[in-house]
Amino acid sequence: MKKAILYLNQFFGQIGGEDKADFAPVIKEGTVGPAMALQAQLGDDVKVTHTVICGDNYMGSHTTEATDTIMKFLADKEFDIFFAGPAFRAGRYGVACGQVCNAVSKKYKVPVITSMNEENPGVEMFRQDMYIFKGGDSAAKMRRDVKKMAQFGMKLLTGKELLSAEEEGYYGRGIRRQVWTNPPVTAADRAVDMLLRKLSGQPFETELPIPPKDVVDVAPSIKDLSKANIAIVTSGGIVPADNPDKIQSASATRWGKYDISGLDRLESGAYKTIHAGFDPTEANKNPNVIVPVDAMRAYEREGKIGKFNDHFYSTVGTGTTQGEAARMAKEMVPYLKEEGVDGVIQVST
Amino acid sequence: MPIVQMCNLVPVALTVGSNKIVQTVSIPHPLGDPTKSSEEQYKLRYHLVGVALNALTTDINEQTVFKS
Repeated sequence: MKKAILYLNQFFGQIGGEDKADFAPVIKEGTVGPAMALQAQLGDDVKVTHTVICGDNYMGSHTTEATDTIMKFLADKEFDIFFAGPAFRAGRYGVACGQVCNAVSKKYKVPVITSMNEENPGVEMFRQDMYIFKGGDSAAKMRRDVKKMAQFGMKLLTGKELLSAEEEGYYGRGIRRQVWTNPPVTAADRAVDMLLRKLSGQPFETELPIPPKDVVDVAPSIKDLSKANIAIVTSGGIVPADNPDKIQSASATRWGKYDISGLDRLESGAYKTIHAGFDPTEANKNPNVIVPVDAMRAYEREGKIGKFNDHFYSTVGTGTTQGEAARMAKEMVPYLKEEGVDGVIQVST
Repeated sequence: MPIVQMCNLVPVALTVGSNKIVQTVSIPHPLGDPTKSSEEQYKLRYHLVGVALNALTTDINEQTVFKS
């Protein structure tokens, strides 16, 4: 028997309307309001053991306090999955569902599922962090929205094959994953099909939309390399073996800068790649094939360059949007300047 | 500050607007080649990095792929 817990606001939790929106969190045993509908959809194999209720305004103005209290409520409860909402188009409720789900997912590492209408601001705020199902605009869609959350929850709990965000009915989290096409059509065949459609003027849908070209002015070149400090920046995911900054293996949003002063080369075992977009065998055997510390150190010794910068900078460039990449680059530049870097070699994989 | 991109997929670098480009060996091992001995691989890496360093000192007016 698997166990579930549901989060509701004061209205759906049957505490009261807008006048009760400052209601501090409570946890009730068993099912309240929409929790009954959720229980009905989940059937006999999953039991909704508790309902957590909090006023929307209370959550909005005392967010940390409210989520902390709720985390304490959950500390001694056993549960395999957490639901919130559905929140329909209710903005404060949607944001509250997102905040609670985020806290639960981080602290208790269980799957979290909610549902919101596309107009709900909670969608853009939290869609990357959790499953948010595409919900109706009002409580009239309660049964349908709860059913979608419950069905997907059952799939997660029973380990059934998950389809794409579009097919399952939740907002895409910006994650790409490998799937087997059914019927099986290889990438080469799909590409040729696409090309034939393009040549004959028929509509086709790209599998990899390319954003418009963003041309950067050519920077002035280095006049005297023998006095210049050169840094390596890579999207190849080379990091110290424990990946201290927890850079994601795909769709990265984080980057790191790592001290290599005094190192003649990057040793296998001490450094590795966490990039999930290519076979890491060679890079893990010899990380210098991506961050060429050995060659750079040789050029430094020979005096071809003035200095090999004390840090290299790294992130993962697979599934990473151009927007995220540009943001990370903008974040790196002040550090590069602070270190007195005169030029950058960027190694891509 | 000038930057040179060392990458295998030159058409992608051109598409996204890189100005100075040096082509590498492959995607998983841009500066290595497992078919060669480790000494030969080092020589290859040293050579390619040298091309990139020279690219940083070269004045250009448009996107340029430097010969390796």
